[in-house]
Amino acid sequence: MVNPSPGDPGSPHGMKGLVTDWSADRRVFDVPWGKAMMWIFILSDVFIFACFLVGYMVLRMSTVEPWPDASEVFALTVGGQSIPLLLIAIMTFILISSSGTMALAVKYGYEKDRRKTAVLLLLTALLGATFVGMQAFEWTVLIGEGVRPWGNPWGAAQFGAVFFLITGFHGTHVTFGVIFLIIMTAKVLRGSLDDQRPGFLTGRKGRYEMVETLGLYWHFVDLVWVFIFAFFYLW
Amino acid sequence: MAEHGQESASYAAAGDLEEMELVHPRTFIGKYIWSQDAKVIAIQYGLTAMAIGLVALVLSILMRLQLGFPGVFSLIDPSSYLQYVSMHGMIMVVYLLTALFLGGFGNYLIPLMCGTRDMAFPYLNMLSFWFYLVSVLILVAGFFVPGGATGAGWTLYPPQAISPGTPGADGGVLLMFVSLIVFIAGFTMGGLNYIVTVLQARAQGMTLMRLPLTIWGIFMATVMALLAFPALLVAVLMMMCDMLLGTSFFMPEMLTLGEQSAHEGGSPLLFQHLFWFFGHPEVYIVALPAFGIVSDILATHARKNIFGYRMMVWAIIIIGVLSFVVWAHHMFVSGMNPYFGFLFATTTLIIAVPTAIKVYNWVLTLWKGNIHLTVPMLFAIGFIFTFVNGGLSGLFLGNVTVDVPLADTYFVVGHFHMVMAVAPVLVVFGAIYHWYPKITGRMLDDTLGKIHFWVTFLGAYAIFYPMHFLGFAGVPRRYYAYGETGYIADSVQALNAFISVAAIIVALTQLIFFFNLVWSYYRGRESGPNPWQATTLEWQTAHTPPRHGNFGERLPVVYRWAYDYGVPGAKQDYLPQNMPPEEVEAASDDAEADGEVRP
Repeated sequence: MVNPSPGDPGSPHGMKGLVTDWSADRRVFDVPWGKAMMWIFILSDVFIFACFLVGYMVLRMSTVEPWPDASEVFALTVGGQSIPLLLIAIMTFILISSSGTMALAVKYGYEKDRRKTAVLLLLTALLGATFVGMQAFEWTVLIGEGVRPWGNPWGAAQFGAVFFLITGFHGTHVTFGVIFLIIMTAKVLRGSLDDQRPGFLTGRKGRYEMVETLGLYWHFVDLVWVFIFAFFYLW
Repeated sequence: MAEHGQESASYAAAGDLEEMELVHPRTFIGKYIWSQDAKVIAIQYGLTAMAIGLVALVLSILMRLQLGFPGVFSLIDPSSYLQYVSMHGMIMVVYLLTALFLGGFGNYLIPLMCGTRDMAFPYLNMLSFWFYLVSVLILVAGFFVPGGATGAGWTLYPPQAISPGTPGADGGVLLMFVSLIVFIAGFTMGGLNYIVTVLQARAQGMTLMRLPLTIWGIFMATVMALLAFPALLVAVLMMMCDMLLGTSFFMPEMLTLGEQSAHEGGSPLLFQHLFWFFGHPEVYIVALPAFGIVSDILATHARKNIFGYRMMVWAIIIIGVLSFVVWAHHMFVSGMNPYFGFLFATTTLIIAVPTAIKVYNWVLTLWKGNIHLTVPMLFAIGFIFTFVNGGLSGLFLGNVTVDVPLADTYFVVGHFHMVMAVAPVLVVFGAIYHWYPKITGRMLDDTLGKIHFWVTFLGAYAIFYPMHFLGFAGVPRRYYAYGETGYIADSVQALNAFISVAAIIVALTQLIFFFNLVWSYYRGRESGPNPWQATTLEWQTAHTPPRHGNFGERLPVVYRWAYDYGVPGAKQDYLPQNMPPEEVEAASDDAEADGEVRP
C-alpha cells in the first residue's frame, strides 16, 4: 500500500524511477490528463506520418520511371538566377521559428503573464499561417509548371501524387494548429485561463497547462516537417 | 477526489491529482442521448454495434442460402453475393467486435473497474460515439447507392476494389472508405480516453498490477488500435486519391474490360502491406479484450484466483507487441522474398508461446476450482475450447509451405472464424450474461441462456468444422458458385447444405438471446448488487445500476488484487478489492468464534 506517487520529491531517478512510476497507484505519469492525452495522440499521429513516408519510399523505389530532381523542381528564379530549395528553406525557417515563439508562450503562460502569452501565441499563429500561405504559393507554382496528382512533365507520376498528399496532410495539421492557436489566444486574452472558466463545448476548466498541451502539438507538427523536408526535398 | 484528503496523508505526497469534472445533465436528452456518462455511452455503443451486427448476421445467412442451395434463391446474384461477403466481414470485424469490446465494454468497465467517476474526457467520449454512429450510417448507406455496396472483400485489395466490374466500384466502395475514416477518427477520441483513464485516473491503491485482467486486455487492445488504425487510414486515403484524383499509388498499368486504364506504376503490394499492418493487430484488438474478460469470468465462477496473474499480464503485452511484426503471413501467396516468408512464419509461430501460456493458465485456474456452471461460465469454457481449436489450425496456416496449398480455401475461413469470430463472440455473450445484472439490476433468464449457449456452441462447430474439410478438398473461398469444377467432389455440396442448415438454426437461436435481453429487463429476477460474489470494484457500487459518478459519496480505496476468491478463514469466500484489512480480520475472527476451523 505504500506506493510513492510519481513526482514525489523523494522518488528515485533513472531506471528505478521508471519502475516506481509504473508501479504507483492512481497514475503513472506526473502530468495532467490533457498532456498525457496529447502525447498518446502524437504517438498515434506519428504512425500516420510514418505510413505516409514509408509508402512514399516504397513507391519511389519501385517505380521504373525516373524520379524528378527535387533541387530543380523546387528552385525559385530570383534576379535571373535559379536558387534551389529557396522557398522551402524560408518555409522551414519560419516554421522552426514558430516553435521558438510557442515555447516562449508556454513559459510566459506558466508565469501567468497574460499579455505576453497572448502576443506570442498570436505570433505563432501568424508564422503558421505564413507557412501555409507559402505552401499554397508553392502548390500554385508547381501546378503552373504542370505538376498534377496523376502526372508531371519530368518523370514518375507518383511524384505529384505523393507530394500533394503528404504536404497537404501536413498543411492540414498546421491549419488546425493555427485555428486552435487563435482560439487559445482568445481564451488567454479574456482571462479564461486565469479564472478557470469552463470551456464552451467541453466544460473543462481553463488552465495554463492547455497552452503547453497545444504547444506539444505544435512542436510535433514542426518536427514532422523536418522529416518531410529531409525525405522529400533533400533526397 | 478531495474526500480522500485524510487517507492521502499516509502517502508521501498525494500530489495535485486532477479532479473529475462531471457534467450533471437534468433533461432526458442530456441524460440518455447527448450523454457524457461513460455508462450511457457504453450502452449506446453496445446497442448500435449489436444492431449492425444483426445486419451482418443476416448477410451471412444470405451467403449460406446461396452456398447450400445454389440457384434456389433468385434474389442472390453473383454481385450481391460478393457484396454480402465484403460487408459481412468488415462489419463483424470493425463495426461489431472492435466497437463492442472497446466502445461498449471498455466504456462501461474501465471507469468502474479502475475506481474512478468517469472517463478522463467525457465530452470527447460522447463525440466518439456520435462519430461511430455516423460511420455506421454511412456504411449502411452503401447498400442504397446505385451499384450497391462494395464487393471487393473486406480486405478491399486494389486494383479490383476500384476497377470497373467489381460491384460497388463507383459508389459503394467510396462510402466504405469514408465510413472507415470517420470510424477511425471517432475511435481515436475514445481510445485516448481509455488509455488516459487507465494510466492516470485509477483509484487510491489501484496499481497497474492490481488491475483486473479485463482492463489489461482492453487497455492493450486500445494501445494497439491507436497504432494500427493509422495504417488503414493512410491506405484508405491513398486509394481514395487513386479513385477520385487519378493518382497511381496502388493502381498499376492494366487493361480493364478491354480498355487501357489511366493509371501507371502503382504498387498493389504496398496496399496489402499497409492493410495487414492494420489487419493483423486488428485480430488481437478483438482477441485481447476477450482474453481479459474470460480470465475474470473464469476466476469469479470457479471461485479461484487466476493462475499466474503476472504471466497473464505479460502475455497480453507480449502478444500485443508481437502482433505488429507478423502481418505479412497474410501475404505468403502475394509474392515476396522467401527469406521474408521465413521471418514472418517464425514470428507468427512465436506468438503461440504467450498464447499457450494464457490457455494453460485458464485451464489451471479451473483445476480444482469450485466450478459453478453458470451461463457466463459456460461461454467462457466454450471460448477456451474454440480458441484452442482455432489456434491449432493457425499453426498450419502460419507455415509457408503448408499455407500455400491452403490459402484462399475454406480451411482459412474455418480457421479465422473459429479463432477470431466464434471465440470472441462467445466471450461477448459470456460478458453480457456476466455484467447484465450490474447494468440493469436484473438477472438474465438461466434456462434461455443455457439453450442459447448449447445451440450456439455446438452449432458453431457444426458450421466451421466441416469447412476445414472443404478446404482440404480444395474448395476456394468467396466463390458464388462452383459450376462445372472438375476437381471438386459432388459430396462437397451435401456438406455445404449441412453447414447452411446449421447456420440458419444458430442464427435463429440468437433471437432467444435478444428476447432474453428485453424480457429480463422488465421481468428478470432482481439481481442485488453482487450476484456473482465478485471482487472487482464495479460490483461494490452503492447503487445497482450505478448512478452517474459511479461510486456515491466516496471513491473506493483498493487494498488487494482482483482475485481473492476461495479465501480460507474469510466469512464470505471472497475479499472485495476495496475491503479494508480491519474488516477482513474482524470477519475471520467471527468465523473462528463460530468454531469453524480452517486449514
